[in-house]
Amino acid sequence: MRHIISIKEFEKGEIDALLDRARAIDAGDYDRHALEDKILGVLFFEPSTRTRMSFEAAMARLGGSSIDMGGVEVSSVVKGETLADTVRVVSGYADAIVLRHPKEGAARLATEFSSVPVINAGDGAGQHPSQTLIDLYTIRQAMPLDGIDVGLLGDLRYGRTAHSLAYALTNYDVTIHTLAPEGLEMPPNVIGNLRDRGVEVVEHTDIAEFARGLDVMYVTRIQRERFPDTASYYAVASSYRVTPDLLAGARTRMIILHPLPRVDEIDPRVDALPHARYFQQARNGIPIRMALLLEVMG
Amino acid sequence: MNETPKSLQISPIRNGTVIDHIPAGEAFNVLRILGITRATTDTLSIATNVASGKAGRKDIVKIENRELKKEEVDRIALIAPQATINIIRNYLVFDKKGVQIPKLLHGVVRCPNPGCISNTNEPIQSRFEVTEKGLHCLYCDWYLTEDIAGHII
Ligand SMILES: [Zn+2]
Repeated sequence: MRHIISIKEFEKGEIDALLDRARAIDAGDYDRHALEDKILGVLFFEPSTRTRMSFEAAMARLGGSSIDMGGVEVSSVVKGETLADTVRVVSGYADAIVLRHPKEGAARLATEFSSVPVINAGDGAGQHPSQTLIDLYTIRQAMPLDGIDVGLLGDLRYGRTAHSLAYALTNYDVTIHTLAPEGLEMPPNVIGNLRDRGVEVVEHTDIAEFARGLDVMYVTRIQRERFPDTASYYAVASSYRVTPDLLAGARTRMIILHPLPRVDEIDPRVDALPHARYFQQARNGIPIRMALLLEVMG
Repeated sequence: MNETPKSLQISPIRNGTVIDHIPAGEAFNVLRILGITRATTDTLSIATNVASGKAGRKDIVKIENRELKKEEVDRIALIAPQATINIIRNYLVFDKKGVQIPKLLHGVVRCPNPGCISNTNEPIQSRFEVTEKGLHCLYCDWYLTEDIAGHII
């Protein structure tokens, strides 16, 4: 039984195979009845409407169906049931479970109590492997994953998507560049792990210089809650904002990704530039999740 | 295994356990791990900062009428990897062994990450693997590198 819990569990060959499968699906090469008799149990203990919808849409496109537990506020969670019990019950109804949970390690726990495969759709600040596969897939649509400079911009201290992408990229020949506001830098142990895995990590302080040397710019949100007041948030956020001016000196093939939703970190005028790939990235959620559903249930 | 324990010279115990070669200052953490509080009825001897050829200074704990469970020895290993455990029967060292940090720790330490699922009321025990970089939580992926004694359950 294959669970999908963390991108760290994937070897390079498996990642490449999944990305290839998603590309074939994207091209229409898939069996629309592949999961006709399968049911996906959708367990979302915190709201993430888009992730949920994309899993449900992916399931529907493969002919399968989804069941969910309703909103957290009306479910057994309110009555104090453990996740372990919920998973034990729902794995009796469904052929696979997709889980979103506020606690880190929740998906790992679920695998211990589930009789069907578990797919992690985000647990706390922990893992969200399908997002990372979407990121890799979107990069690979534009350029090979080897020999590229990937820049991570924004909240790199708490931003799990940036950590996870950086970790996955250690399977390839890349240089990772980082730029973050003071106090939100990528933790030294994460940088150490990346370097241990043979990747060059360059920490930047100047956004213009950072933007010039990249093939991929991965932008993440800087959360207002991290700042004592709105004024200091805007002071920081404005100097880390991606604008058309900033991109004037960028490499032609450079692409901009963002896990969305965005707030202020990318100027809407950037959307019209050929660099902008974040909406395409969001659409890529479907073929990637179809590939994952086939992987565990196909 | 019938040698006379050297520790007899200080305060012999008839039956029980002598934990020797505890790093200086860790004796009270060892007691805490063993669930021995001020309210104990166990007969105890504690020696701290004893001169020791090997380590300079060491602590020694002697507990009457108690032999340690494997889980207790595993916990002690985390804070006193050089410790030796002497089981005393009728004033003699019946068994003497070192401690060994196990590769996996189940329910031994608490995860320092407040957001970790292992710190909730789920029916699981914490689970850590012992690595060169510290204790690695197998649920949330955090590393426990400092104050391991303070996180022992
Ligand atoms: Zn943990």
